[in-house]
Amino acid sequence: MSEIRYEKPKTLQAAVALLSGANGQARVLAGGTDLLIQMRSGRVEPELLVDIKGVPEMRSIVAESDGFRFGAAVTCMELIEHEEFARAWPGVTDGVKLIGSIQVKGRATVGGNLCNASPAADSVPGLIAAAAIARIIGPNGQRDVPVQDIPAGPGRTLLAKGEIVVSFLLPRRSPRSGDAYLRFTPRTEMDIAVVGAGVNLTLDKKGFCTQARLSLGAVAERALLVHDAAAALIGTPIDNAALDRLAAAASAACRPIDDKRGTKDFRIKVAGVIARRAAEIALERARRTN
Amino acid sequence: MAKHRVTATVNGDAVEFLCETRQTLLEVLRDELRLTGTKEGCGTGDCGACSVTVDERLVCSCLVLGVEAQGKSIQTIEGMAGDKELHPLQRKFLEHAALQCGICTPGILIAARSLLERNPDPTEGELRYWLAGNLCRCTGYHKIVEAVLDAAREMRGG
Amino acid sequence: MSTMVKYEEKELRVVGTRPLRPDGVDKVTGRARFAADYNLPGQLIGKVLRSPHAHARIKSIDTSKAKALPGVKAVVTRDDFADMPVEYALSGELTINFRDVTRNMMAREKVLYDGHPVAALAATSEWIAREAIKLIKVEYEVLPHVIDVLEAMKPGAPLLHEEQYTQDVTPKPDRPSNIAKRLAFSRGDIEAGFRQADLIIERTFNTKPVHQCYIEPQACLASYTEDGQVELWTATQGHFVFRAQCAKVLQMDVSKIRVTPTEIGGGFGGKTNIYTEPLAIALSRKSHRPVKMVMTREDVFRATGPTSGANVRIKMGCTRDGRITAAEAELNFQAGAFAGSSVGQASMCAFTRYDLDNVRVVGNDVTVNRPKVAAYRAPGAPIPVFGVESVIDEMAKKFGIDPIEFRLRNAAKEGTQTYYGPKLGRIGYIETLEKARAHPHYSAPVGPNQGRGVATGFWYSIGKETCVALNINEDGTVTLMLGTVDVAGGSRASMAMMVAEELGIDYDKVRPIIGDTSSLGFNFVTAGSRSTFASGMASVLAARQAIEKMRQRVAQIREVPLDDVIWKDGQALPAGSAAKQFAPMSLTEIAKVAGKTGGAIAGHVEINAQGAGPGFGTHIVDVEVDKQTGLIKILRYTVVQDVGKAIHPAYVEGQFQGGAVQGIGWALNEEYVYGGDGVLQNPGFLDYRVPVFSDVPFIDTVIVEVPNPNHPYGVRGCGEVPIIVPMAAIANAVENAIGIRLCEQPMSPPRVLKAIGEAAAGNLKV
Repeated sequence: MSEIRYEKPKTLQAAVALLSGANGQARVLAGGTDLLIQMRSGRVEPELLVDIKGVPEMRSIVAESDGFRFGAAVTCMELIEHEEFARAWPGVTDGVKLIGSIQVKGRATVGGNLCNASPAADSVPGLIAAAAIARIIGPNGQRDVPVQDIPAGPGRTLLAKGEIVVSFLLPRRSPRSGDAYLRFTPRTEMDIAVVGAGVNLTLDKKGFCTQARLSLGAVAERALLVHDAAAALIGTPIDNAALDRLAAAASAACRPIDDKRGTKDFRIKVAGVIARRAAEIALERARRTN
Repeated sequence: MAKHRVTATVNGDAVEFLCETRQTLLEVLRDELRLTGTKEGCGTGDCGACSVTVDERLVCSCLVLGVEAQGKSIQTIEGMAGDKELHPLQRKFLEHAALQCGICTPGILIAARSLLERNPDPTEGELRYWLAGNLCRCTGYHKIVEAVLDAAREMRGG
Repeated sequence: MSTMVKYEEKELRVVGTRPLRPDGVDKVTGRARFAADYNLPGQLIGKVLRSPHAHARIKSIDTSKAKALPGVKAVVTRDDFADMPVEYALSGELTINFRDVTRNMMAREKVLYDGHPVAALAATSEWIAREAIKLIKVEYEVLPHVIDVLEAMKPGAPLLHEEQYTQDVTPKPDRPSNIAKRLAFSRGDIEAGFRQADLIIERTFNTKPVHQCYIEPQACLASYTEDGQVELWTATQGHFVFRAQCAKVLQMDVSKIRVTPTEIGGGFGGKTNIYTEPLAIALSRKSHRPVKMVMTREDVFRATGPTSGANVRIKMGCTRDGRITAAEAELNFQAGAFAGSSVGQASMCAFTRYDLDNVRVVGNDVTVNRPKVAAYRAPGAPIPVFGVESVIDEMAKKFGIDPIEFRLRNAAKEGTQTYYGPKLGRIGYIETLEKARAHPHYSAPVGPNQGRGVATGFWYSIGKETCVALNINEDGTVTLMLGTVDVAGGSRASMAMMVAEELGIDYDKVRPIIGDTSSLGFNFVTAGSRSTFASGMASVLAARQAIEKMRQRVAQIREVPLDDVIWKDGQALPAGSAAKQFAPMSLTEIAKVAGKTGGAIAGHVEINAQGAGPGFGTHIVDVEVDKQTGLIKILRYTVVQDVGKAIHPAYVEGQFQGGAVQGIGWALNEEYVYGGDGVLQNPGFLDYRVPVFSDVPFIDTVIVEVPNPNHPYGVRGCGEVPIIVPMAAIANAVENAIGIRLCEQPMSPPRVLKAIGEAAAGNLKV
């Protein structure tokens, strides 16, 4: 029976050093809303917890020239309450709003939501649709990685030992752009997504789609970027026919499992429905920004 | 390994306690500080019975480690009533019979106060979504919603 | 001898108002102490090792490494508890068998469900206890398991109990079976009844097991001292029954155990059985220290007493003018690991809302590899009512008869002969139907994909052993000692109100307390909607006893004949016929001199309350169905129910609203999900989905009062009826919204979407 070591570094370098130098299992402690549950159940037995909430770069939200950068350890509530960010990226904010209760959101972070790597993570499809880039710091320096390349499978990421996701960059918004995230859950709140869909799109002056990204959560071992769905929308005025094609592409892209939250069939059917509805909201937001 | 020595403020009073890394704030409140008003309903952040505020942020204390409370200001149900009288939310809960067994009541009062501090005039829908992290099995939620909306009215001076 | 006290109509001063509950301030300030809030110096923390298998023989248990871990002070297994012979007793609304009780609290030959206790230990800290549990080595011979009730009934199914032969079957079976008991009720000639019918509908319904989900996990603190005395604090709905059960399984005198019922965080029937209490007592006995045992939420789901899942076949016939001619039900209920489900109660409630000549109900109590089921608010009744009220709706629709009208044409009333025994006395079923029909909800418009459903429910309610002691204090205030636990509903306030009414004093002069087991005679569990009825009756009788004594004192003090003294508005006055006038004496004045006039004045009552009045309810619900996802949204809900007399209307409304929302959860999303290995997959509030704040609207309530003739204030139990109706009402609403009849519960989105798909493909037989 071992005691767990707890450290709260004040700098990124110190955090990286602790994590890469750890002999046994080490875990980043951000919001703790996934980690503490896993520790309680015995699924995870860390010997070292590195509390990164004291590292300034991980806690800030800044509007930069090339977009918005927010720290991986910013809490969901802080992000939701940031009016400028929520206005620029309502879809990403939709997803963040759905990460559990107000209590959970008071602690949980987008960095944690991503790195916990649940295929159903609510912030991830919106980030992927937004083409968000994660900045990673590790013993070998810094690298920038598209968010969709970080989760590897349920509970696994492609981060190397000692690496931490520091912040996320959301690119500058083009005019006439809108994003949305919708999910299906049996209750109105407090459920893990059975299907999640993040859509981000841009229209030209005539109302035709010039860019589109659809990402689906909870329908594969990790969140998917569905290229066929984008193809269904680009060049169209996003009419019913285009939306039908989007829905079909979404359903076709799924490779879900049967589990206590939903069956394969249900997920495949509902993925199309949710993707379509998310696209409709994103479209309406894109039209409104004009 | 030595325990952590933590200093914090609980309900306005300076406190000091020892805890192991793995002890949650909920365990510290109940077992070390003997403040048993905050309850464990599930231990996994799904029921809200353990709700407290940490630096005015509504959280589940079962999902916060005791050591993370260092330097923080924590508010629990025991601090809700003033020196002389009950908080309007507490009074309205009694008037509206918004509690039955009472096990979820501390968590809901803390959560409701947190909402009203941010949004003094919530709609029924906003209230229900804010409190979705607090489960109640006895009341069907009806009288709780009525009590909170009535308290909000009174607190706005209506 | 049983007690019945007749209803008297009179003007009321306190009863029917809405004073604050006496436990309220403690609860809103966090002062109220629930079981897990209790601590004793030197206490140890107890933990249970639970079976990871659904069905296995225990070959060996090795606790040596656990015992050796520093900080571990006591370990118990089956070897520490005596085997019990077969012996039945009532526990709440279900019957228990002590041979099973001892096996449920600690497995003996076999483990019969995932979570079944195999060993327990007590250590100086939570962490040491958890580590020590991991060090206990158990050798299992895993056996095939069975959970589905129909599978378990088949010959050749994995057998839980080799010595269980189906009871009440002739000829006596020669092979053991998972069917523990078969029961049957009948009236009239069912075949003739079907022959008279213009329409016969037969349908099968399946429901999954659900849990009461009280927010407070079970917890207890036991202290066994060297003189063989036990103090036990525990979250219980019935401290006297817990005392009795602990005494039995631990082979102790009842008088040596003192049980204090702590403030309880919800029960709903799930806290009427012992789980860790005898283990804590045994560990305390071994370690010579108090032992505290608090269940985790996971333990609660895996190893307390959820409900039965069931398979129900309903067949009913009616004439074209809507008269039911025949009603038949076959109920197959999971009992869990040991016999004793609520299939009997369910059988009684299936059809009792209707005046029927030809009825046949057969019920099977079936053991399966799941935790032993316990009562859950009107145990069993929601399940057949789901089926019966659905079929009735179909029949009404077929002949174009309004669903409330159809029920009115068949409604049970005073004098209706039930098929399970008694004749119904004065009831308020028709009143609830008529009030529902007149309610604005019933005629409000509905939109596309929206539908309205109506259904009704009945619960018989019970009375039983109840003791109360009422003491007049020296200053004229009153302490009322109750033995029925106030399981949240506010009953202690209601008793105080009735006493205040009887004595003619202010409500806040009466302080109700729930006494521990040492302070009163035996009180049955708070269950069966009995506490306001039975304890209320006893409290009223105790108040009347005290009044008698006070009249005698005044007659003595004022030197007048007893008959010349009456009691009115809190004082003794000369009767109208009194020969001599005398100065009145208030209760306070009498109390002040009580010591000098013969001693303290009290009333105490020990009764077996009879005459519980059945309760009936009618619910109306509007739903909206998202046909693309199968999601059902509850738009509007109204509960109309006869409670005889609402002593405290806000508490009655609270029962309606709480029970209705539990029923909504049962209908829509709650279910136990088992893997192929028989292990429970969703033992937590994340994936066991109870309704949250945003899932339900306001629940409108209409209190109907048709007084129960056998209670001084006309009270009928009210807590259970509300949960019976929602499943059926929602199923009926869905049918009206999208034309699909759902016969599987929960009506979760995947099931609904599948049914929509099948109907569209023409596969679903309507």
